[in-house]
Amino acid sequence: MAISREEVLHVARLARLALTDDEIERLTQELGKILEAVGVVSELDLADVPPTSHPLDLVNVWDEDVLRDSLALDEVFANAPARDGDLFRVPPTA
Amino acid sequence: MQLKTRTKMFCRCPVGFGAGENTQTCPVCLGFPGALPVVNRAAVEWTILLGLALDCEIAEHAVFSRKNYFYFDNPKGYQISQYDLPFCIGGKVLVPTADGDRVIGIVRAHLEEDAAKTVHVGGRTGRIRGADYSLVDFNRCGTPLVEVVTEPDIRSAEEAKRFLQLLRQTIVELGISDAEMEKGTLRVDANVSVRPQGSDELRTRTEIKNMNSFNFIARGIEAEIERQIGVWESGGEVQQETYDFDAATGALTPHRAKEEADDYRYFPEPDLVPVEPPPELVERLRSELPELPAARIRRLEAELDLERATVLVTGGLDRLWQETVAAGAEKVSAANVIINAPAAAAIASAPAPELVKLVDARDRIPRTAFDEALSKISEPGFSADPYLAQEAVSDSAELEPIVARILQENPGQVAAYRNGKEGLLGFFVGQVMKETQGKANPRVVSELVKAKLSRSA
Repeated sequence: MAISREEVLHVARLARLALTDDEIERLTQELGKILEAVGVVSELDLADVPPTSHPLDLVNVWDEDVLRDSLALDEVFANAPARDGDLFRVPPTA
Repeated sequence: MQLKTRTKMFCRCPVGFGAGENTQTCPVCLGFPGALPVVNRAAVEWTILLGLALDCEIAEHAVFSRKNYFYFDNPKGYQISQYDLPFCIGGKVLVPTADGDRVIGIVRAHLEEDAAKTVHVGGRTGRIRGADYSLVDFNRCGTPLVEVVTEPDIRSAEEAKRFLQLLRQTIVELGISDAEMEKGTLRVDANVSVRPQGSDELRTRTEIKNMNSFNFIARGIEAEIERQIGVWESGGEVQQETYDFDAATGALTPHRAKEEADDYRYFPEPDLVPVEPPPELVERLRSELPELPAARIRRLEAELDLERATVLVTGGLDRLWQETVAAGAEKVSAANVIINAPAAAAIASAPAPELVKLVDARDRIPRTAFDEALSKISEPGFSADPYLAQEAVSDSAELEPIVARILQENPGQVAAYRNGKEGLLGFFVGQVMKETQGKANPRVVSELVKAKLSRSA
């Protein structure tokens, strides 16, 4: 398998996800298949190809430093599970 | 440092304090799914400008990367930063010292976004551990930040402070950031390690965070140096850890215990294309660079001395000094008056012609009048003339009995002075000034004290 159970648990911990044993088993399989599919690229001889950070042949896409409208507060909080005054309220995270 | 652009790094929400909570936010800086970042051109230019001031090489090809971490101050799940291809690489800062310039190497300067401000509620300490819940204000989220990383070239807490004062003044003069530590627009993390004298190994380092003034930084570094020497000398080993420095108690406490090492899984930000600063842009910015603080310190040192030159330049007061000298004031007296002014902010915009009058009259007018004049010198329509009309008491006959009494009341200090502690002269003068409510001429008092102490052994 292209990814170990320990690696899956490590990534889950970084994302603060609690996984059941079944989920760990399934994700190890699925992530392994994805890595194998992507791994096909490493079979090619790419020694002379410079690393690419973006598929588009574009550079310097930027915006001038000019204000645009921010959201109204009811839009800001429209999807918030908990609001405390004008602040987002979130559970403690270790 | 936070850049003082009008808008944020990747959206056009305003940057700045004081607005209502979460009113300077949009789908981009709130991390709503599908929202796309757009680079702020001014932030890129200012980062390059700083890089040029730090003598860095400017990258021909720079890339933004995702630094992944899970925390509610950045709900995207990652901070957009730079990793292997930052804008500025490999520069240096020259710190003028009595033994020539100390060269502090710059590894890199890169551009990234700030996180939201969080408040932890409940628990005992106001910290995240043990909190019941947290509150988040996203106004700061997405503010452009430039991070400068130095080589391990700084050799003492004092040198760190000098370097930072010079760097801060450079940033302020470039006009790219307010760089105020108390307001958090300039933040410093110090990495500290120690080694046996004469050795050039780099031992395990620790990081100190959350220091909000140059003096606290110096004290934090001193405390950490001492702690590490203690660990090594008692046969232990310094562990790579992060500490908070509490300026009130001088205590260093571990920042947070990590169950595992940081694992940010950097990769190129797919929502942004690379930046390739055009050569003509870089050259235009290079031509806009002002004369840098380190060069001005060297120039002023030739006319004054290193210490005064450094304080004037890093305080942003050297232009005022030059104007005052050009208007006829004596160099050292002018420097002393400006450096010792009670409110540096008030004197920075003082009119030079009025300041010259005060510099010239310093010993002639009462100290109280002089201090009051200095504190008001930047008020509109200020004139030094009413203060110059007051005369300090310079009559020896009037001052002599007071001097005699002060010496009589302080036999311990008198004996110490005669045994070579001549620095006590200032103490005696100060006592006389206090006794006369600042009305005596300090030069006359000083002469009287010296004469009396040398005469009757």
